[in-house]
Amino acid sequence: MTTIAFAAGATCPVPLVATERVQLGHGSGGQMSAALIRDRFLPLLDNPVLRQLGDAGVVPVHGGEIAMSTDTFVVSPLEFPGGNIGSLAVHGTLNDLAMMGARPLFLSTGFILEEGLPFEVLDRAIAAMANAALENGVTIVAGDTKVVERGRADGLYVNTTGVGILDPQFRPRPDAVKPGDVLLISGPIAQHGMAIMSAREGLEFESQIESDSASLVPLVELLRHRVGGAVRALRDPTRGGVASALNELAVASGIGVLLEESAVIVPASVAAACEMLGLDPLYVANEGVLVAFVAPDAADEALAALRSHPLGSQATIAGRAVVENSGLVVYCTRLGSRRVVDMLPGDQLPRIC
Amino acid sequence: MKYLDEYRDAAIVRSLAARLRRTATRRWVLMEVCGGQTHTIVKQGLDELVGDAVEMIHGPGCPVCVTPLEQIDKALMLAERPDVIFTSFGDMLRVPGSDCDLQQVRARGGTVRVVYSPLDALQLAIRTPEKHVVFFAVGFETTAPANAMAVWRARELGVRNFSVLVSHVTVPPAMTALLSAPDNRVQGFLAAGHVCTVMGWSEYEPIAAQYRVPIVVTGFETVDIMEGMLMAVQQLEEGRFEVENQYVRSVTRDGTVPARHLVAQVFELVDRKWRGIGAIPRSGLGLRPEFADFDAELRFGLGDIVVDEPAECHAGDVLRGKLKPFECPAFGTLCTPSRPLGAPMVSSEGACAAYFNYRRLERRSEQPDVVAVATEQSL
Repeated sequence: MTTIAFAAGATCPVPLVATERVQLGHGSGGQMSAALIRDRFLPLLDNPVLRQLGDAGVVPVHGGEIAMSTDTFVVSPLEFPGGNIGSLAVHGTLNDLAMMGARPLFLSTGFILEEGLPFEVLDRAIAAMANAALENGVTIVAGDTKVVERGRADGLYVNTTGVGILDPQFRPRPDAVKPGDVLLISGPIAQHGMAIMSAREGLEFESQIESDSASLVPLVELLRHRVGGAVRALRDPTRGGVASALNELAVASGIGVLLEESAVIVPASVAAACEMLGLDPLYVANEGVLVAFVAPDAADEALAALRSHPLGSQATIAGRAVVENSGLVVYCTRLGSRRVVDMLPGDQLPRIC
Repeated sequence: MKYLDEYRDAAIVRSLAARLRRTATRRWVLMEVCGGQTHTIVKQGLDELVGDAVEMIHGPGCPVCVTPLEQIDKALMLAERPDVIFTSFGDMLRVPGSDCDLQQVRARGGTVRVVYSPLDALQLAIRTPEKHVVFFAVGFETTAPANAMAVWRARELGVRNFSVLVSHVTVPPAMTALLSAPDNRVQGFLAAGHVCTVMGWSEYEPIAAQYRVPIVVTGFETVDIMEGMLMAVQQLEEGRFEVENQYVRSVTRDGTVPARHLVAQVFELVDRKWRGIGAIPRSGLGLRPEFADFDAELRFGLGDIVVDEPAECHAGDVLRGKLKPFECPAFGTLCTPSRPLGAPMVSSEGACAAYFNYRRLERRSEQPDVVAVATEQSL
């Protein structure tokens, strides 16, 4: 009989998350990502700004405050319906700044190029980047390129870092949500993730799924002008989706979140793709959606502000913050039952059947 | 969404639940066979809508959960080989083997790819002639036709670098084993709609007659399941023990005949070990001798590995319906989705995962300590 060396004496199961190497799940935006940052990065890089774990770091300069954020893009395919890695890299960092209430001013960018990348792909990425920066009134003021051997990168990786200035009257924070605050979602969810997955898997549907990649700066500016300080917290639910973003806010603010299924909009083609692949749209990435908690008396005005812009035309009031079930997100289903919407340990895995 | 929203209509579900409560004169014990149905029930709270009329026991129909540990360990050994590209449905990646899981093997340098169809794995083999591609052929009768087709096509095309690690199981022997147990409590079944889409329901007729249990072939949406429960309870109240079909939009008595023929040509009935349950005679599908070239166990000499399962994991009692997941001493403490002891805590169809993910509100009010630990570990 063949014996398996590693099975001998394995009376106690090995903790599967506390493993010795990086796994793909560490990049999922779920519990493994959170643990990676908490256990590996924070202990050695700790400081009061980083410890906030906001979408951007807020630092004082010359009597005012600026926000700074960085994001690296490794999307595959490089071009997808609704955008490419260039536009995505600008929108992503602008959105991270906007979620702290900052008005973005400057960006830097770094490109890691793989030997053999066609210039036409690179040119399209740079053009999309330039266009996205222009549309949002930001200037790209520094850049870097590196080229690696064929096989050492997946075509093209892009980093962007951004700086924005803060309005002292408008300081949304992940830990500022209070019981009673109203939750708004700015539009239909799960489009970016399913656009990428459909392109990757070669899935074809009656109507093509487009990424929602867009700058959220105009929506945040509208909120700032119309309801200002009543905005308690903003988040753009990218990796890990709406579920992970709301879980993070629930934990940071020490509140429970009630989320109404009937107010979460999933486009029909996206819902169909999710059904086919066995995925829950609540955990699928968005690149042009924000979730906001606002003070109850400002909720209607905030909703009107979001709906006044094309990007927010399908905004909904989708729930509220409560005292009970602190740190948890509770989904109120159309059937009237309630269940927990947890953070996933790692990546969402497609089902067998 | 067309063809789905109709079967998720909240008003219809509530009215069916009300009819069920009026129909039942006592509390009946039903088992849903399929893990997909378990998740709908727990996720949508269907068991709560029917009150005291029905107790649902969650059945063994989660293909990931019943795949025996030794097959997982064989998968890990194959995935570690530098000459192998190991392909699998996504569900299997986080299922714990004796020492690790497929995701960790990938982090250590093994090549593990998620595919949506075994035919994609075959295509990968054709595109990658310098490697050997193994597909992890798990599942009930539902996935068997596609897996049979991949092997059939591989032989037809003469693809030499493709094989399958088979761990197929079939539903009727598991139902018979459950019903024959002296302490059986199950009085009626919701049979798995997709399994029956392939196989039809004729093979359930002798089971219903011999054990005097109603069996209702049932779909997966909320309206389907509520209607299936109502049909089973109506039979029990009237003293009938028949096979009925709720899932008429998908299932006929004979099933999908070409798919059944293909399965019968490629696979034969074999004895199979079920994780947590043990060996059940003639309960699995194995490749017929004429397809031995495509059997990964024979090609890589893995056939005689036997592994014992960890004693702390009560997955077998959960899979047989003896324990509710939260009654397991390890639930939420020793065993969480981040640190699973057994497959039912990981799989998207596993009963333990369903309770852990969706039912922590009730647990929190009943057992604050347990959930405090669980939440802390999962953050």
